[in-house]
Order: sequence, then structure tokens, then C-alpha cells
Amino acid sequence: MSNGKFAVVAFAVAFAFAAASQLIPNEYFFTAAYVVLQFVILATAWNILGGYTGYVNFGSAAFFAIGAYSTVVLYNAFKAPLLVMIVTGTLAAGLLGLGLGYLTLRLRGVFFAIASLALAVVLYTFIVNWDYVGGARGAYVLQPREVPFGLPRYIHLLYVVMVLQAAVALVVARAIEKSTLGRGLAAIRDDELAAECSGVPTLRLKIFSAAVSGALMGMAGTTFPFYLSFIEPSSAFGLSYAVNSIAMPLIGGMMSWIGPLIGAVLLGTVQQLVQVTISSAWNLLIVGVLLVLFVTLAPNGIMGWVEAWRKRRSHR
Amino acid sequence: MSGAILEVAGVVKRFGGFTALDGVDFAVQPGERVGLIGPNGSGKSTLVNCIAGTLRNEEGRIRFEGRDIHAFPAHRRIRLGLARSFQIPKPFASMSVLDNLCVPLLYAAKGGEARGVADEAHGILRQVGLDAKAHAMSGGLTQVDMRKLELARAMAAKPRLLISDEAMAGLSTSEVDDILELLMGLKAQGVAVIMIEHVMRAVMKFSERIAVLVAGRKIADGDPQAVVGTPEVVKAYLGE
Repeated sequence: MSNGKFAVVAFAVAFAFAAASQLIPNEYFFTAAYVVLQFVILATAWNILGGYTGYVNFGSAAFFAIGAYSTVVLYNAFKAPLLVMIVTGTLAAGLLGLGLGYLTLRLRGVFFAIASLALAVVLYTFIVNWDYVGGARGAYVLQPREVPFGLPRYIHLLYVVMVLQAAVALVVARAIEKSTLGRGLAAIRDDELAAECSGVPTLRLKIFSAAVSGALMGMAGTTFPFYLSFIEPSSAFGLSYAVNSIAMPLIGGMMSWIGPLIGAVLLGTVQQLVQVTISSAWNLLIVGVLLVLFVTLAPNGIMGWVEAWRKRRSHR
Repeated sequence: MSGAILEVAGVVKRFGGFTALDGVDFAVQPGERVGLIGPNGSGKSTLVNCIAGTLRNEEGRIRFEGRDIHAFPAHRRIRLGLARSFQIPKPFASMSVLDNLCVPLLYAAKGGEARGVADEAHGILRQVGLDAKAHAMSGGLTQVDMRKLELARAMAAKPRLLISDEAMAGLSTSEVDDILELLMGLKAQGVAVIMIEHVMRAVMKFSERIAVLVAGRKIADGDPQAVVGTPEVVKAYLGE
């Protein structure tokens, strides 16, 4: 399927999905689905740098928080429209991604992972000490009273926005994967020196991949302050963002765009169910257990497992 | 030398206090087959890395087709037509053999033009005798097939100069002949080849000219029979 066709299908599905779910009477569905969709975007975005290019980013929370806090800044300064906030947050996180991309110039493997973690810590400290966005106290970001498009509540709008953002992320990820660019990124992942000596402009591609990955993660964070109505650094920089955006592609499969989607829907839904039925403290434990299971039993994730099964069948 | 495709002049490369290349001059004519030999640690691979752009020489000039390429990163040098294979094969392990070739075809030879890439890749695989394994995963190949893939990938960049860095080390006699035939065939396509090798039988058979590096200096350069007969070369290899 061509990229254009896929985009049309993705957005058609997204619109249908968003419209159909408006029939669901239970308000809580939207609150829970928002979080799952958030993880779909984060996992898909993370996979562009982590899965396609092979650079493991432990600093997803930093990008997510940049998106969230750029919304806070625009809210405090102008009460800007939501669309402006989304675009600004995406661009700001993209710029941070550009910076992260330059780190790949000298740092590889585990050293890059540590540096990306440090990036999140530095940014966290910065936000905690920045009074304009509330500092450690946090800041209120109130949902507007009027909800556009005749939707009953603001959470419905946020949900629709998230569905569309997820579609954007998936379309971008798939387009990169299927392009010449995606082949270049895969070459970098497999052997960076050999890629460079095959004519792949490795630095430029790594920076591009880090910027796109960062921008999409930031996009996922832009509506977050409205979702909670109140934002503080420890929720925006939560451990669960860093852990989940790695765990979900790993569990779903990192070689294609569909892996992170499956991983995020599966893990995100399980987490939401557990949160309601057992306890909210169990969330990360479940991620941990599933991660250990998958790394030992299906190291290439669900998609890798499916592929292996398909190959076995066709050989028979 | 005028008309040379590659001109290396006075190249110096140091690693800390150790001088790996100490003023090397070296030239290759278009379509020429040159053997580059020398004991272990003499600087052969360092010279290859400086020419291919994976290392930067501190002093001296490197010209390719008359152009100074000192400031060019490796991926631009291969686009100009200067390809190399690696001593230890570096396949793109998550890709099939065919896809391995598509990377240089797309990025070096065709400038991103995707049409006809698979056909060309198949053509090159036929040439090196890997076409039966086109869809096998490259990580699972045998040693000799991996060497062939390494050369095929370098050839896929459509180079005018190919540097083969010990493509035959550790291979059996018949396997060496396979690779040798492959490299000989490049002459017909007008590709100059620098062959770095320890397998002397292959070097002597292949080379129109041989250069000898010892401890970062070129001590001999010329007709193969004459070069291996010079006292310095004998001394470097066998001692006094």
C-alpha cells in the first residue's frame, strides 16, 4: 500500500473510531482510552529512533514533558488555541530531538542510553526551578468551558485529538519505515560503519530520526495539562513514560510500525484494567513481569513471533 | 603521476605517540590491479581507512580523480566511486542478502532512485555467485559467502576504485580462487582494485603492480616479481 493510501485509510479508521466511540455512555472510557492512545503515540515515536535506528532512548519523559510544558507556557501567556499548542509543543520537542541527535555523534549503545536519561534529569531540574510554569508546585491548566464540534465534554475532544495524533504518528512511522530513509536507518542499526561506507549519510539520518521521534513524543504531551487540569513535574516526567515507551515496542516488535501499536494497545489496556480492578501501584510491576517474559520467550516481540510462525508454516 | 585515479601523497597518521603511517606516497591508475602487502601492523588497514575516510590523516594529501577529498566524510567518498570492503565482514544482519545490496545501490550508486534496484542487486549477486541465496538472511551466511557479500556490497556502489581488505584470509584454496576470479573480473568493467592480502599466491597472480608497506613506510613499489625479490622486502618478511 502506498503512503498516501495508507494515510487515507488510517485517518478514515481514526475518524470512524472516534465517531463510533462517542456512542459509549461511560465517561470513564474516554479517560482510560486517552492514556492508552498516549502510549500508542509514545511507543510509535520511540520506535523510530529505538527500533529502526537502534539508539535506545531512556529519556522519553523529557520529550513528553517538553510538549506538556510548552502548552503550560502558551496557556499562561496567551491562552492560545489548542491547535497552536499542539504544533508548538511538537516543534519544541523536535528541537530537543535534534540536540539528542547530535549526541549520537560520539555516544553509542549504553552510553547513549545513559546520556538520554541524563537529559530527562537535567530538564526535570530545570522545570522544577522555573517559576513561570509553576515550578515544583505545579500549575493549573483549566479546560475551556465551551467544547467545540458539539461534543458533550472536553475529555471527548481530547480523546478525538489523541486518536488523530495516533494516526499521524503511525502514518509517519510507516512512511519512514518503507522509504529509502528507513533502509538507511536499518543499515545504521545493523552496522553504522558499514552503513557509512555504503554511502549512507549516517549523522544526518540519525539526527533526522531523533528529531522526528522526539517531535512525535512531544506531540503526545501537548494535551496532557488539559487532561489533568493540573500539571506538576513529577507527573509530566513520570517513570512510566520512559519505561512504557521502551517496553511497548519491545513487546509488540520493533521491526515495523505495527509492533509498537500492538504492544501499546495490549500493555496500555492491561494497565488500565489493573488500575481499576486491582490497584494503581501494580502498573509498572506488570510491565516488568511482561518484559521479562517477552525478553526470554519472544525476544523479537509479538510481531517477531508471528513472523517466525508464518515462516515455519510456509516451509512445511 | 598525472591521470592517476588515486593519489596519496605524504600521508601521516598517528595514534597518540605511535606513528602508524609515516609519509606514504601511493598512486593507482584507472583500471589498474595493485597488490598492497606488508607484515601485520605495517599500516595497510590504516591506509585503507584513511583513503576510505573512516580515519582522518593528520598530514598529506589524498586525491581521487584529481579532487582533494580530505574534508569528505566516508559516505561522500563512496558516492564519488571509492568503495572498500571490510576485513571482518560487516553484513547488515537483519536484512536479506538482496537488501544488503540495496543500501549502497540506493545511497551511493543511484542517489535514492528506487526503480530497478532489485534487478541490479540480482545482477550483482549473479556475478558473485550468491543469487541462489538472495533471500537468505545475511547474518546466517557461511564465511566465504559473507566475504562474497562484502565484495558484492562494495561493487553495488558502482565504484571506479575498489579496495579489498583481506577478503581471502582464512579461506580454503578453492574459495580463494573463487574470490580471485571475482576480483579479476572487475578489470573488464574498468574498475581499479587495490588488493590487500597475505595470501601471496593470490597477490602474485592478481597484481600488475605490488606496493609493500613496512612499519608505516612504503619500502617498495613496482613489478611483482622484482618487488618480492628486493632484499628489503625479503628482510621484512623473513628476517635477516
